[in-house]
Amino acid sequence: MAANVLKLDHITMQFGGVVAVNDFSMEVNEHEIVALIGPNGAGKTTAFNCITGVYEPTNGMVSFYGEPMVCNHPQGKMKKLYKGEYYDKFNKVISPTPDQITKLGIARTFQNIRLFKSLTVFENVLIAKHMRAKQNVFTATLRLNAKEEQRMRDEAMALLEEQNLAHLKNEIAGSLPYGLQRRLEIARALATDPKLLLLDEPAAGMNPQETKELTDFIVQVRDKYGIAILMIEHHMDLVMAIAERIYVLDFGRMIASGTASEVQDDPDVINAYLGVDEDE
Amino acid sequence: MTKKISTSTIVSAALVILLFVLVFVLEKVTNPYSMLFVVLKKGAIYALVAVSMNLLNGFTGLFSLGQAGFMLIGAYTYAIFTIPADQRMSVYQYFDGGIIDFSIPVIPALILAGIAAAFFAFLIGLPVLRLKSDYLAIATLGFAEIIRAFFQWDALGPVTNGSNLLKKFPTFDSTLFPFAVVGICIALIVMLINSSYGRAFKAIRDDEIAAEAMGINLFRHKQMSFVISSFFAGVGGALLAMYQTTVQAMAFKSAMTYEILLIVVIGGIGSVTGSVIASFLFIACSEWWLRFLDTETFIGAWQVPLLRSGFRKVVFAVIIMAVVLFYRQGIMGNREFSPQALINKWKKLTSKRKKTSKEGR
Repeated sequence: MAANVLKLDHITMQFGGVVAVNDFSMEVNEHEIVALIGPNGAGKTTAFNCITGVYEPTNGMVSFYGEPMVCNHPQGKMKKLYKGEYYDKFNKVISPTPDQITKLGIARTFQNIRLFKSLTVFENVLIAKHMRAKQNVFTATLRLNAKEEQRMRDEAMALLEEQNLAHLKNEIAGSLPYGLQRRLEIARALATDPKLLLLDEPAAGMNPQETKELTDFIVQVRDKYGIAILMIEHHMDLVMAIAERIYVLDFGRMIASGTASEVQDDPDVINAYLGVDEDE
Repeated sequence: MTKKISTSTIVSAALVILLFVLVFVLEKVTNPYSMLFVVLKKGAIYALVAVSMNLLNGFTGLFSLGQAGFMLIGAYTYAIFTIPADQRMSVYQYFDGGIIDFSIPVIPALILAGIAAAFFAFLIGLPVLRLKSDYLAIATLGFAEIIRAFFQWDALGPVTNGSNLLKKFPTFDSTLFPFAVVGICIALIVMLINSSYGRAFKAIRDDEIAAEAMGINLFRHKQMSFVISSFFAGVGGALLAMYQTTVQAMAFKSAMTYEILLIVVIGGIGSVTGSVIASFLFIACSEWWLRFLDTETFIGAWQVPLLRSGFRKVVFAVIIMAVVLFYRQGIMGNREFSPQALINKWKKLTSKRKKTSKEGR
């Protein structure tokens, strides 16, 4: 069995009395495409935010390549409010900020596209190279980092060429059509040299043709860069076509997991999406 | 591509040198105490402070209103360390000549002024930069006022001379001195903005959450921008002290910050050249071109109506409203003025004309 890239261990995220994610465990293996699905408000994006450091989970641990990356246990006010099972299981607090998590090798895209709208396509990608550059503010200002700067530019350009965005490099990111903005956001995430890519609804607002192109694109990205991909998605044809494993969330709880066909036939999943017939 | 960039830099450098030569010659030929040179000196100093504020507001997206406070720190640091030792007795007449009995040369003192402002910015930034937008503006404004009050405190008299004037420190005669210092400082800021860190600042301005997801440490970069901006505001403050020949904490009120904010807004938030142009225009209007509005004028026996002390400010306010209404983005928007851009625009204009004339045929 391939190594775990990402492992969620009994993650619970509670906002006061609202339990957005309840005792959720999952794993993503190397070179795997995993999908996280569920009805609206099921807690998918909250789970994403726990992984990427936007939220501190109330309880539980996230590990990256076997190393604990995020870990928390209920404290303060949450100590009284938290009624989870694994109360005593975690006792460390590790809460890195999103930029530290990106540095470790987890890149993400956003549900509503968040590009640097006033900058060019090229600059958008170039910014992702900033964090790994060996420089400081003095060498950068006085242009003593010319080699490093050139390397960053070359890498960014190479990436744009790979993604067929090179001809747009001087366009302002905000002026691109929607589908290309999505592509650029993924390209920008790839520029951080991730080992795991998190896609939050990559096909949102796309027509069937664009969705099909995106499906191929995601598989290509996985094969080309040899990374694992975890995505949230509503388009079932996309999910069923490429996801090797699927986790289904409903009201913060995992109600099913497995391959596409296993999940499709699961009665809980059908109930969650179509509702339960009360007469039966 | 690279060749094109280098020619445009050469043209820009040539323009800058030409400007210096022009100022030098003008100063030799005409009266160096005329209004023109007042505007050039003060305008250059305000340009530096406006550009440093633009680095924060326009390029990092931090709405800070603490500029006057950091200028004050710069001005005081410069003044305190450069008053000649034999003059200290007369300056610090109420405080037994003060506790500092040495003085340092002008250039190191200017740098020290920047460093002092940057150091205070670092300390203030620790709590304040966790705030956003309006809250940040209010907090920085508050700190600037605190700094002003603090420097007037009597217990600090042996150092700051309390609320009395600091004077008799070295100043400049030639307009070239502020031009040179301001030129170097603005060049450094422009180089910073065009570097990898400048791009990171712009990323934070456009979208904080995305910038953080790209691995940019928000707090560290905001702190960096804040400290660097304050460094140059401190140098600007020191230059202002030299220009005014005296320093008093009273002068560095929040009204000064608003003047600079106005320059930044009129010039275009996110445009360095816009800030520079707007600063000269602003100073020229407020010190020179609109001064006639403040004096009662008679044509023969007929008194021109409305012209009296204070009317200048009314007209000024109307002009500013007009600018804000008709140039939403300021004079320059977020574009930059450069010879290359001018050539491009000219080409575009001429090609359009050709096209239309062809179509007309």
